[in-house]
Amino acid sequence: MLIGKPSDLPSSAITSKDQYLNRRRFLRGAAAAGAAALGASRVADILSPRTAARAGTKLQTVKSPLTTTGEQLTSYDDITHYNNFYEFGVDKGDPVKNAGILPTRPWTVRVEGLVKQPKTFDIETLLKLRPLEDRIYRHRCVEAWSMVIPWVGYSLSEFIGQCEPLSKAKYVQFLSYYDKHVEKWTNESSIFWPYTEGLRMDEAMNPLALLTFGLYGEVLPNQDGAPVRIVVPWKYGFKSAKSIVAVRFLEKQPPTTWSQQNAQEYGFYSNVNPSVDHPRWSQKTERRIGQPFYAQRRMTLMFNGYADQVAGLYKGMDLRANY
Amino acid sequence: MNRTTLVLLKTLTWIACLAPVAWLVYGAVTNSLGPDPTAAITFATGLTTLRLLTLSLAITPLRQLFPRLSWLIKFRRLLGLFAFFYATLHLMTWVALYTAFDVNAMNSDIVKRRFITVGVLAWLLLFPLTATSTNWAIRKLGGKRWNRLHKLVYFAAVCSIVHYWWQVKTGVLTPLPMTVVLTVLLAARPVLAVWKRRRVAVAAA
Repeated sequence: MLIGKPSDLPSSAITSKDQYLNRRRFLRGAAAAGAAALGASRVADILSPRTAARAGTKLQTVKSPLTTTGEQLTSYDDITHYNNFYEFGVDKGDPVKNAGILPTRPWTVRVEGLVKQPKTFDIETLLKLRPLEDRIYRHRCVEAWSMVIPWVGYSLSEFIGQCEPLSKAKYVQFLSYYDKHVEKWTNESSIFWPYTEGLRMDEAMNPLALLTFGLYGEVLPNQDGAPVRIVVPWKYGFKSAKSIVAVRFLEKQPPTTWSQQNAQEYGFYSNVNPSVDHPRWSQKTERRIGQPFYAQRRMTLMFNGYADQVAGLYKGMDLRANY
Repeated sequence: MNRTTLVLLKTLTWIACLAPVAWLVYGAVTNSLGPDPTAAITFATGLTTLRLLTLSLAITPLRQLFPRLSWLIKFRRLLGLFAFFYATLHLMTWVALYTAFDVNAMNSDIVKRRFITVGVLAWLLLFPLTATSTNWAIRKLGGKRWNRLHKLVYFAAVCSIVHYWWQVKTGVLTPLPMTVVLTVLLAARPVLAVWKRRRVAVAAA
């Protein structure tokens, strides 16, 4: 078993000169590495080892009251190997293989539109703007699967405060990184690039909307939207734009990527709502990622379970018309 | 073809046809079907159905083009029955893992979602073919009527490929290769019929 897949083992356990010279120690080292490999991964991982390394760098974080409790976290492995990030391929396993090429340093975020003064934030400045919080959120994809993810970041509202938007600004638009020489997979779909998403100003100011830099206490891996992304936990996943390079403040509702692609299937609001079906499938239930097939299915909650915090934003609105 | 070769080839066909379900059972038991096992089961059973349907539809044109391959007919029923077996697993995946055996949920899916409507229709078209697959049924129906009934497989194939297209996201092209192969196989039938008639006419003249 050890001989079959050496990539599962730390190379130090195999090639160290000490171990090479000392057979006893070699055996002990190999046994330890084997035990570690077996303990750390499931059978599937040994059969087909996953190659990408962790982003790794630990982030200094503080606790947050705005964290979801009582849910089993989705594994780091699943969160980083099952991604929709069409700039790096349309298959869910593509981003982990291809997103390594995304240059996450240096990185800046432009702030434009209806602001007192356009400015540019460096990623290092953004990281230090506010204390980074650990926030566990449910994540519900429009494709009816879901995860529970321990994100790291701070409320988007804190950042918006620094942007000094004018009172005329009613919407905020996010633009994702786009360079077709880097993201060579953008012609696998008919999407208009760059990827763009948007929120109404009051939605963006809700403390649950998160400017996100990490997950599992570490820097975001590229396939999850490094180095900075938006997370809006009460909306379908595609509303949470990845790898943000610009934030625009606008008076009118901006066009958004999936709505441009198919306005009948994907609206601007796209709040998680079990009573409004996607035209082609039901949104009543969802499949929790990483569970065995017989335990995946669960009920989808209104606003993904965050109704207490966000339902007020939509008072008096017809959520069937504003899907 | 001698008996030993035939038995050997049949055994290999059985193994090949059972491999996908064996892989799924193994994956389900060890929970190694990836992050979204329900989706993996759905996709694997659906894709295997389409592949087996395609293979079973390839036999007749191949035999007409290459008379030396006429022994392929001995494999057509096996492939067809396995296609129905996987279609049933695929249908049961939806019944069990998507609707949780809820009849109301099934009804509303069939009425509201065209990819499910056409998918269920494909299964319903395959069912009578399976039911009449025995030698007894062929004798009872008579070759002509049996043949006419089994033309339903063309409609089942068309429904299956449409089901595949309606289910993928807008702009995704994964069903394309299978669509091309099935189109060629279906188009081959009238083309080969004309070709055969001409040959007969030439021979008679």
